[in-house]
This record gives sequence, structure tokens and C-alpha cells, in this order.
Amino acid sequence: MDMKAPEKKLGIKERYRLLTRDLAWEPSYQSAKDIYPYLDYEGIRIHDWDKWEDPFRLTMDAYWKYQGEKERKFYAIIDAHAQNNGHLNITDARYLSALKIFLQAISPGEYAAHKGFARVGREFAGAGTQVACQMQALDELRHAQTQIHALSNYNKYYSGFHAFAETRDRIWYTSVARSFFDDAMSAGPFEFLIAIGFSFEYVLTNLLFVPFMSGAAYNGDMATVTFGFSAQSDEARHMTLGLECIKFMLEQDPGNLPIVQKWIDKWFWRGFRVLGLVSTMMDYMLPKRVMSWREAWEIYGVENGGALFRDLALYGIRPPKGWEDAGKAIDHMSHQFMLAFYQWRFGTAFHTWIPSDEDMDWLSAKYPTTFDRYYRPRWDYIRKAEAEGRPFKNFGLAKLCQCCQLPCVFTEPDDPSILCHRETVHRGETYHFCSDGCQAIFEDEPEKYVQAWLPMPQLFQAPLFGDLMAWMDWAHLKDGLDNGEYPASSDQQSFDRWRGLATSNT
Amino acid sequence: MAVAALAPYEFQPRDLVENFAGKQLVYVSWDRHLLFAAPFLICLPPETPFQALVDGPLAQLLALDPDAAAIDWRAVEWLKAGKPFTPDFGRTLAENGIGHKTLLRFQTPGLNSVTAAA
Repeated sequence: MDMKAPEKKLGIKERYRLLTRDLAWEPSYQSAKDIYPYLDYEGIRIHDWDKWEDPFRLTMDAYWKYQGEKERKFYAIIDAHAQNNGHLNITDARYLSALKIFLQAISPGEYAAHKGFARVGREFAGAGTQVACQMQALDELRHAQTQIHALSNYNKYYSGFHAFAETRDRIWYTSVARSFFDDAMSAGPFEFLIAIGFSFEYVLTNLLFVPFMSGAAYNGDMATVTFGFSAQSDEARHMTLGLECIKFMLEQDPGNLPIVQKWIDKWFWRGFRVLGLVSTMMDYMLPKRVMSWREAWEIYGVENGGALFRDLALYGIRPPKGWEDAGKAIDHMSHQFMLAFYQWRFGTAFHTWIPSDEDMDWLSAKYPTTFDRYYRPRWDYIRKAEAEGRPFKNFGLAKLCQCCQLPCVFTEPDDPSILCHRETVHRGETYHFCSDGCQAIFEDEPEKYVQAWLPMPQLFQAPLFGDLMAWMDWAHLKDGLDNGEYPASSDQQSFDRWRGLATSNT
Repeated sequence: MAVAALAPYEFQPRDLVENFAGKQLVYVSWDRHLLFAAPFLICLPPETPFQALVDGPLAQLLALDPDAAAIDWRAVEWLKAGKPFTPDFGRTLAENGIGHKTLLRFQTPGLNSVTAAA
């Protein structure tokens, strides 16, 4: 009997060639311009699309295999979390405030990134870019899904997780992440890749997923750790895609350099502003902290970012314009944010609290040049006022930045005792900014930002006309449940009671 | 047009004064008083007398700061859109040239009990 000869297995390079070969066709009855109308209006010149190589050459069957393995692990841990009351294994329910911000502001961003990549995968002319963008679109969709699934377990027991899709569009701090992605999605395909591939992946996800997920592990939240590390293993591929695209543009034509530099300047600063939310999660919201925001910045910002810019210097790229101001802000941003979240705690779909003595000693050790001098006196005063029955509740709404949409909570880069005020008049209208970085972005493309939907000015227009309670209903924020201080909140009471039941015989 | 676009890219600002039903936005910031995280957004009619802005919404919002009661409003130094400005307390916002989205800053030298070290 003849032995059946095994079919020759194709190598990954060959499989990738077969996957992409039909994508790079020459149009015969439509013009290339009609098929790819978005390729050249940004001014980027590409002479040879074949020079763009997908560094991973990931094929669909390999993709299913790798991601399927990760998903099986992920859902096994989610199941175990649900069956074993994993929500009681966390340090305490203050930790959930960080998760709520994550779900309300970051997970919808993953979904937006998915939509953006699906779009630019269609708009790029090269087969390599098309396939790589398609793979990343799938990744981003999975990230949004796994995050929503992991955090839905907490929604059964705690407040603030129930309406992230609505809060994403309507609450003031979530509009920061939303405007970042709306800006990217309304940009051309090349700018989109810089916005997400460079700014979101390089600047944001390293700082978000690595130290924050270590924080989740430290605080007993294995469900979040699992989605974090599952996502982070994709992010390495995404960063490479972003970097390859930057290098490709720079190698194709010297005229691309100033355009790419301008986008790097812009998107570094926009990414840095979104990171403000993360700094507070790390320094204040983790009951057990792994590293300070400053320490994370040293590793992932200064060291990794510095290496990236040394690499790109070969092409004539310099570090982004806001790099120095960002460095000066590191010792201040988490404190400025937490003080803001605390005093506007009526308007947040998560809880805040006054840091304990122990927390403040940790902050003062981690921020030796700033915390005791600038921030401890404010917390001390707020605590004293609270103890005397005069809780510090600021019912004033805030001036927002027209570009990043954050309340203007930042101080001058060289004077932490005074707020940074910047304004521009454009066609008779006044616009305000939180920083030189945001002002410069506006002034470069004012048409883009005059139309910004800013939550606080919007509250005073039709149909709410300043009615705060009506705004809460509209934003799906349940007053007295989702907002306010952590001590005495229903989250604290439930957690302590259930944890007590789990660890005692009564 | 500075935006790179395939077609005309023109949009209305979302916070034009006509959207505020006869009122306007005024931003107010108390310099070096960082117990307040950001400048205040206040919405009121342009016919509001300056005195009423100070005695009304502003006094209410500032009361949380231990220095609030000690403010001598006649000695306060004002900036309007970044430039020195002397308000006429008896006249309206409009008459004082305070338009929609104007930022007013005021300074009270020597008065800073919470972050004096700064």
C-alpha cells in the first residue's frame, strides 16, 4: 500500500503572501484616485507602497490560534472570578474608582480605535498596511469586549459600572478621552496612525497597561490583570506597526518630515493630557500602590520615549514640542486631578476621598519636592474643614480647555502656585486653553476645535439650561449612589459587609 | 483654511452666545488660591451689575476659602483677558466690556492662608 505523502506545509512568509496577494491589484475600470481618495490630501507622499513591510506578517489562522489561546485563559479566570466572589478579593472598594474611570473613559476608546483602524485599513493603498490595520482593528474590538466583560462582574455588586456608554458621551472627564479619539477619527489616514500608533500605543498604553495592571495584581483583581496582559501582548505589535508607519513615511519622501513632526508634536501632547486620568488612578486610587506615577514616567516616558526619539533622530525627528513641559508637570498632575475630582465629587460616577496620613506620607516620599509644599496643605485644610462640619464641596463648574476638554486645573510649567491661563480670539470668538500645547494645536487647525462639544458650557444651553439634577439623569449618573465620597458610600458599606461575611462566622 | 480636508470644512462654534437664552458665560479665577481647582464658569445675563456678580455667585463660590471673608473688593487687582482692568461696580457686565467667555482674574496680594508656603 502506498503511503500518503504529507502535504508540504507552507511557511508563514508564504502563507502571508497568499493572504495578501489579491489585495494589491491594479484597478482597470476605476481610477486609483477614486478608490483611495484619502491618500494624498494630507500632503504625505508615498512613491512605493511595496516598501512597507508588515513586521509581523500575521496571517488569519495564526491570529485565531494565538488570540484563541489568550481568550480561553481570560474567560477561565473571569469564570473563576464570578464563581468565587472575586470582587471580595480586592484590597477594598476604593480600588473600584480606578476601574470605573477605566471603563468609562478608556474602554470606549478601544472601540473607537477599532472603528478607526477598520476605516484606515480600507483607505491605505498598500496590501501590507491594509492587512496590518485589519488585524489591529480586530485586536481593538477584542480589547473593548474583554474589558467590558471583565468589569461587568463588578456591575452586579457595585455602583458606577452600569452606564459607561452614556457616561462616555456625557460626563466631563470622559469627554477628554472621547475628544482624543474623535479628533483622530476625523483626521486623515496617516494622521490617524500617528495619533493611535504613536500617541495612544507608545505614550499611553505602556503607562496604562503595564504599571496599572501591576497595580491591579497588587490589589487582588486578577480579572483586570488578565485582560490587561492579554491586551498588552497585542500592544507591542501595535507599537511596531505605528513605528513602521512613521519610518515608512519618512523614508518615502523628505517632504513628509515636517508633516510627521507636526503630528508627533500634536499627538504627544493630546496623549499626555489623557494620561492625567491615569496618574490619579495610580497615585491615589490604588489602596496598595506598586509605583508612583513619577516612577512609571521615568521608565516608560523618559527611558522608553527617549530611546524612541533617539531612534527617530536618524530621520530628522526631534522630541515633541511639549516634552519639556510634560516633564515639569509629572510632579503635579496626579495631585491636581485628585483635588479636582474630590471637590467636584457631586459630578463624578466614581468615589473620591481625602487621603489618609499614611497615603500622604507615601505621596510625600514619592514626590519629595512638591507634595508637602504644594498639596499637603490643601488636603490638611480640606480634612480640617470636613471635621468641623464644613465639607469642601465646590459647586462651581469649571472653565474647560477647548482642545483637550479637561477643566483648566494645571498650573504654569514654571510656577506651581498659579493656574495656567491661555486664550485665543478666532473670528470674534474667545477660546480658552489649559496649556501652550493645547493652544498651539487649536491655532494650527482652529476649524477643527471651534465645533468642540464641551460638557460644561453645554449644560447651560438647551435643553438643560443649567439644571444639574436634569444633567445627572441625562448622564445616567445616580446621585447619592455613583458619586460622592467613598466613606459611607454604598460601595464601602456593601464591600465591608460582604467581606465580613466571607471572613467571619457571624 | 488650515485644516487639510477634501471638502470645505466649516462648522459653527457650539457655544455661541445666542445659544444661552439671553445669558452669557463669564470665567472668574482667584489667582494663587488653588483650593479651587480651576477657574469658575458662571452663566448670567450681560445686564448683571458687576456688583451683583461679586456679591452673588462669586461670593457664594468663594466662601469655601478661609481668605474669602477678608477680601477687600475695592483693593482687588483685576485682569480682564490678561490685561489690567478697573471694573465699575455700579455698571453692568456689558458696560464693563465683559463679553461672552471673558476670563476675569483677580489678585489679593498678601492674602493666602492655605498655601502660603507656595
